[in-house]
Amino acid sequence: MRNFYLIFKKELKSYFYSPIAYVVITIFLIITGYFFYNIFAAFSTISFQAQMNPGIARQYNLLNITESVVRPLFGNISVIMLLLMPLLTMRLFAEEKRSGTIELLLTYPVRDIEVVMGKFAACVAIFGIMLIFTFIYPVLIKIYGQPELGPIITGYIGLFLMGAAFISFGVFASTLTENQVVAAVLSFGVLLLFWMMGYSLAFAGPGLIGIMSYIALMQHLEGFAKGVIDSGDVIYYLNFIMLCLFLTLRALESKKWRG
Amino acid sequence: MIEVENLTKTYGSFNALKGITFKVEKGEILGFLGPNGAGKTTTMRILTCFFPATSGSARVCGFDVFENPLDVKKRIGYLPENVPLYKDMEITDYLTFVGRIKGIDTGEIKKKVNKVMDDCGITHMAGKLIGELSKGYRQRVGLAQALISDPEVLILDEPTIGLDPKQIIEIRQLIKNLAGRHTVILSTHILPEVSMTCQRVVIINEGRVIAVDTPQNLTSQIQGAAKILFKIEGSSSDVMEELKRARGIKKVEMKDTNNGVSDYIVEFEKGVDERKGIPALIVKKGWGLLEMRPMVMSLEDIFIKLVTEEKGV
Repeated sequence: MRNFYLIFKKELKSYFYSPIAYVVITIFLIITGYFFYNIFAAFSTISFQAQMNPGIARQYNLLNITESVVRPLFGNISVIMLLLMPLLTMRLFAEEKRSGTIELLLTYPVRDIEVVMGKFAACVAIFGIMLIFTFIYPVLIKIYGQPELGPIITGYIGLFLMGAAFISFGVFASTLTENQVVAAVLSFGVLLLFWMMGYSLAFAGPGLIGIMSYIALMQHLEGFAKGVIDSGDVIYYLNFIMLCLFLTLRALESKKWRG
Repeated sequence: MIEVENLTKTYGSFNALKGITFKVEKGEILGFLGPNGAGKTTTMRILTCFFPATSGSARVCGFDVFENPLDVKKRIGYLPENVPLYKDMEITDYLTFVGRIKGIDTGEIKKKVNKVMDDCGITHMAGKLIGELSKGYRQRVGLAQALISDPEVLILDEPTIGLDPKQIIEIRQLIKNLAGRHTVILSTHILPEVSMTCQRVVIINEGRVIAVDTPQNLTSQIQGAAKILFKIEGSSSDVMEELKRARGIKKVEMKDTNNGVSDYIVEFEKGVDERKGIPALIVKKGWGLLEMRPMVMSLEDIFIKLVTEEKGV
């Protein structure tokens, strides 16, 4: 536990020693802010028009502020996460391997699992900080409208779980190579594939559709954004994270045997 | 303290170690000598539990490196060859991190960090980022992280490489001072380093141990008969003739000649010491004796001899 904490602290610090954390958090907030502004502005424009002409509301499928602003916002944030998370995770092991520091780290009296969990947790913490900054958007919505609180809270839980799942895969990808770009491309590509799987549901065969809709990362966020915490969704993300961390441990160990 | 038995390691089809066996006693400094690619680093990595051996066993402080890696890791300090350190950390932060992870308590850590920085002469650099340091200072930080927990066993892979002569002397002195309290394995291909710091030498080549002994014994054992160099002024043909006739001389070899002064390397028969006789002869003949010194075989010569002999077999 103590070693886990020490590695966690060291990794967290090194995110802030280097410009990575600042750059990623800033870019993340700029893009999400831009999306938030657009979604919100569009909603208010349409709302004004709907006031004049109630037919428009039906035409735009305009329901309420939760459905039209909060849900799309969460959808957008999750896409931006998909783009930025690999940049946070790519260095975790790849850099240690390239610079050789992994040799010292693994000859210190620490277990592999403490190293993996420490690094994973540090990255999740950075991601948590990113998410906390976005709390400003629901606050603004609350000031200018009456959103439901429930879906916002569950939406954040969903985003957090999804981000942690992205990170767990990124950590795994980072152990496979000593090249950070390769690690980033690998984790981005695979996550995108998992993500896109939702799109092919429309033409998948009856046998595949059940499996694919379960595997697709995107499908499991829907419930959270609607205000539903489905234990199946929670278990899906937790399983995904555990599998990736397990693979990370195996990858670290296999490197030892290959020498 | 360290027992290595029949260690082998294969990388794919390449046999890096072909059965290495040696022992290190407590408090001893062992020099690990070999050309590049001999298997020094591989052996050290197995001893530090970085990766397991293909076969054979290694025990450090009584713990098997494969069965109880954590117990082994707690008792060693390791300095890898190219000194991999976190460039984005400050020296104090880094040493604190390493010290804590090696089990030093919060109450003691500050004292230990200060002490080890003092020992390695990096106190005045404390607040700097490791990435900003010169090679020599990085080497010292590497040594400091190995020493911080006062481990029983130190494994140093080429610790003086890349240092300036003054630093080399300091680091060697530092390592020498560790003898007795710590058991040290030190790999190098710089031979004088071994004769200066180590009590025992293991010479390995192509994954095999080819000699284990003290530097002095190795020198006398392989050297065989004594060789002495004479610088003599006089007609070289006369000198050669007289020297060859003298008693107990096995071989005379003439080297550079310059203005009637020549170097002669005289090899005596085993057990014969003619350091008195030859000068007397020279004086009698009226030549000038300008220089006389014993030719001790350096470790370099021994090393090359051993490594090439091995090849010949």
